[in-house]
Amino acid sequence: MSDKQKLVVIGNGMAGARTVEEILARGGGEQFDITMFGDEPYGNYNRILLSNVLNGTQDPADIFLNPLEWYTENDVTLHAPARVTQIDRARKEVRSNDGQVTPYDKLLIATGSRPFVPPMEGLQGPEGEDKHGVFVFRTIDDCHKIAGYANKCRKAAVIGGGLLGLEAARGLLNYGVEVHVIHLAPWLMNNQLDAQGGKILTSIMQKMGVHVHLEKATAAVLGDDSVTGLQFKDGATLDCDMVIISTGITPNNELARDCGLTVERAIVTDNQMRSVDDPNIYVVGECAQHRGRVYGLVAPLWEQGQALADHITGRNENAAYHGSKIATKLKVMGVELASMGVTEASDERDEVVIFSEPKRGTYKKLIIRDGILIGAMMLGDLNKVAYLMQAFDRGTPLPEERLSLLFDIGAPSVEATMLEMPDTAQICNCNGVSKGQIRKCVEGGKRSLKMVMEATRAGMGCGSCKKLVSEVVEWAAEGQVEEDPSIHYYVPGVALIKSELVEAIMAQGLKSVSSVFETLAHGVEDAGSKMGLASLLKSLWGAEYEDERDARYINDRVHANIQKDKTFSVIPRIYGGVTTADDLIKIGQVAKKYDVPMVKFTGGQRIDLLGITKENLPKVWKDLGMPSGHAYAKSFRTCKTCVGTDFCRYGVGDSTGLGIKIEKRFQGIESPGKMKLATAGCPRNCSEAMVKDLGAVAVEGGNWEIYIGGAAGAHIRKGDILCIVDSHDAVLQIMGRFMQYYIENAKYLERTYGFVERVGMDKIRSIVVDDSEGIAARLDASIQASVDAYVDPWLEADTPATANQFISTLPVLQA
Amino acid sequence: MPIMTPEKTQYSLGSVAQIPLGEGRNFQIGGTEIAVFHTRQGVFATQAECPHRHGPLADGLVGGTQVTCPFHAWKFDLTTGEPLMGQCALQTYPVRLTDSGDIELTFLGEAAHFVS
Ligand SMILES: Cc1cc2nc3c(=O)[nH]c(=O)nc-3n(C[C@H](O)[C@H](O)[C@H](O)COP(=O)(O)OP(=O)(O)OC[C@H]3O[C@@H](n4cnc5c(N)ncnc54)[C@H](O)[C@@H]3O)c2cc1C
Ligand code: HEM
Ligand code: SF4
Ligand code: SF4
Ligand code: FES
Repeated sequence: MSDKQKLVVIGNGMAGARTVEEILARGGGEQFDITMFGDEPYGNYNRILLSNVLNGTQDPADIFLNPLEWYTENDVTLHAPARVTQIDRARKEVRSNDGQVTPYDKLLIATGSRPFVPPMEGLQGPEGEDKHGVFVFRTIDDCHKIAGYANKCRKAAVIGGGLLGLEAARGLLNYGVEVHVIHLAPWLMNNQLDAQGGKILTSIMQKMGVHVHLEKATAAVLGDDSVTGLQFKDGATLDCDMVIISTGITPNNELARDCGLTVERAIVTDNQMRSVDDPNIYVVGECAQHRGRVYGLVAPLWEQGQALADHITGRNENAAYHGSKIATKLKVMGVELASMGVTEASDERDEVVIFSEPKRGTYKKLIIRDGILIGAMMLGDLNKVAYLMQAFDRGTPLPEERLSLLFDIGAPSVEATMLEMPDTAQICNCNGVSKGQIRKCVEGGKRSLKMVMEATRAGMGCGSCKKLVSEVVEWAAEGQVEEDPSIHYYVPGVALIKSELVEAIMAQGLKSVSSVFETLAHGVEDAGSKMGLASLLKSLWGAEYEDERDARYINDRVHANIQKDKTFSVIPRIYGGVTTADDLIKIGQVAKKYDVPMVKFTGGQRIDLLGITKENLPKVWKDLGMPSGHAYAKSFRTCKTCVGTDFCRYGVGDSTGLGIKIEKRFQGIESPGKMKLATAGCPRNCSEAMVKDLGAVAVEGGNWEIYIGGAAGAHIRKGDILCIVDSHDAVLQIMGRFMQYYIENAKYLERTYGFVERVGMDKIRSIVVDDSEGIAARLDASIQASVDAYVDPWLEADTPATANQFISTLPVLQA
Repeated sequence: MPIMTPEKTQYSLGSVAQIPLGEGRNFQIGGTEIAVFHTRQGVFATQAECPHRHGPLADGLVGGTQVTCPFHAWKFDLTTGEPLMGQCALQTYPVRLTDSGDIELTFLGEAAHFVS
């Protein structure tokens, strides 16, 4: 038996896990056997980044703060999913819904809160089950449920126009639904903004495409078992097929109340964050009420956790938490908004400084009492926010010159500000990182922004402090900031930048992916690096490349695009999007023969047969008798065309003929990212050639404008004109040369829009058009070699490349 | 309820050459699909479907003794089934290569594996 005390933590969220980290950092691992209970089936993740997960800027996998290994490595026993159902203070044990009874010496309650759903009719279906389409927004699971449902919806309503409601509304826009925000107060974010600021925010949200309904109280959710609309108290209704309720939070107090602890709005604590009734029970996070206040943001809980950890480990018996001043920032892409303290002057002494420019969406307001900042809101421009947050938090007197508080005019230099700033000043409010911690981290040898961010987590929350973090890093490193090398590696698993990697590969004659891992990565094979290496080796060695099929993504092993039900899509090549009656009949017959569940026209003027099993792929290809359309590969994809001079009344150049030539020449050419092309017969641009990776647009006089670096997917960019040429052949030559230059110099997965911006149009034009480096002939020869080496991958229908290439499940021969 | 097959059962799945090096293939044993991986570090066997959204793990990319699901890139350790990002683990099955290069899998029956 261990003689350590037993510390049991209820709640494995941001406060619980962070407090345990603080306890461990103070040597608490020697003092306590730590057991944590978490209701969610995961390690602790950064809840505030769920907004980014919903709006698609962050992957759920990237928001974990404490992955499961962390618990094992730190000898923390985690029970998850397991919900504590009872605290027995007399016997000092807790019961959980997985049937366990766990004794404790010290207990930490960190149960957080849950969304508050105001009473309204129709939240449940006829059988009392939750109505389909009604959601709250608090957990990873909520986030996924919302995402899954939104994909099927047309119109969504968010009830509640506060911080979280607006973040959810912005996130929903990404799913292509019409979004309505329903708010009870006369303006949005009424806790953080005054009427004027609220009005400006409303118009910004409207411009973004969000419909805003103010002073509306929801009476009922309509619909039988799925949502069909909302009914308001004033009698009006709104059609919608999903609802997110975001009207505040309720602390999870029940456990504490049931075991007799004092609970008001939340569990009442003393300055050491202990329940006022039981010195063995600590409380932290959103379920704690300290000096009458309950917080709903993360910054206070870092401070609570530190005081608590100092106290419980005996590091500092007098450690105390004195309450926090809080500032908020709205994490909505395209809206810069921060707010702190009060929103209105309330005393004769109060001085109000306002700047307002509603047309540009800028609004700044400060409320100052006796030279000290007591409230601020900044909309549209956050340049001064870091400074104001410091001044607000510490209560330092403001300079007399008020103008410089709002704008960067003759402000003190960064150095001066850094020197003045005490070590204890909090830089990252999301993760509670002070200037001193960053300084120590830099002095400890971490001299790049990325390394410091990873080590301290500063800047990894809402991101608003990133600029300040980089300033502190620069100051502390005394100008010796290093860039983190790994961001330059071509693939994560081999520590070399692209040019070094290419050199090593050529010098040592490495022709297969496995030989690169063997020779250049100490024999460590990394799945995330395989595809990038395969693409590079193929471009370097051409026909000599030793193809290892396991280095390919499944799509490239079977030459088709995998779908969510494990079937594949088959898209035959249709040069330039121009087909014939015979080919259409053939495609139709194949679709019938294989009972293809969906036949669809793609955005690239092709026909897609969706829902083909892996086993049927070779048969379908043979029956079609058409080459692969490469719609699955990092390669030349398609060249869309318009009808050009063949039929169009406006056409000035033969765009169809050119498109077909382009596609016949470059089909199947592999590249770091996919290449989508188009040709247009005139600047009306019907085939969208100006937003393609490469495009050619006919202009008067028999000329063609060549565009590169366009994009119209998740990223939208108009292409830049590379040059103007006067014949189809010249278009083919310049396009081929650019492709080869891109293939040789782009990072893996870097699309042309990123490549063009990184390298610069001037440089690309001088090399590709003016041959400033004298490599044009070599580029032309290399692309010609790739063109000559082209083999239709669908021929593997007859000659499979590997054993059981198209078979998922093999027979068991003998039991 | 699955049927209990209490005694330990060995299955010979045939030559490892059926599975291209570095890839995986499924085998169906009773009602259970099992993915078998032929890696440069040896053979491994796990449940066939990803616990996230049923991605086909045998179609994933293998790196060392890890597999990445082809659907949303969850990663798992093939030796233990442990997830590398902190979610559900995979069921693993004992598997070895015989001297003649055949895959031999030990399967305890469906019910016995799922203690919960
Ligand atoms: C989408 C979103 C965006 C946000 N953005 C911001 C922001 O930009 N800035 C900011 O400062 N704050 C933000 N917040 C608020 C912030 O996330 C919370 O203040 C913070 O997570 C509170 O931490 P906590 O540990 O008290 O609660 P939680 O993180 O909720 O953790 C409590 C955990 O305890 C578990 N639990 C509860 N009861 C039990 C039980 N009986 N047994 C076992 N486990 C239990 C819960 O399942 C939960 O996992 C945001 C919140 C959301 C939802
Ligand atoms: C916590 C770990 C999780 C991670 C890292 C994760 C990751 C992902 C990723 C990357 C996607 C693809 C999203 C996209 O392409 O837009 C996805 C999709 C999906 N996930 Fe998860 N996920 C997690 C948990 C869950 C859980 C718990 C559920 C079920 C409750 C779930 C259900 C889904 C669904 C339904 C989709 C498809 C969404 C859609 O159709 O739009 N995921 N997940
Ligand atoms: S086809 Fe493209 S746009 Fe449509 S759901 Fe899939 S990834 Fe999104
Ligand atoms: S781009 Fe010009 S030539 Fe081509 S179809 Fe449109 S109008 Fe006609
Ligand atoms: S199904 Fe495997 S990661 Fe989503």
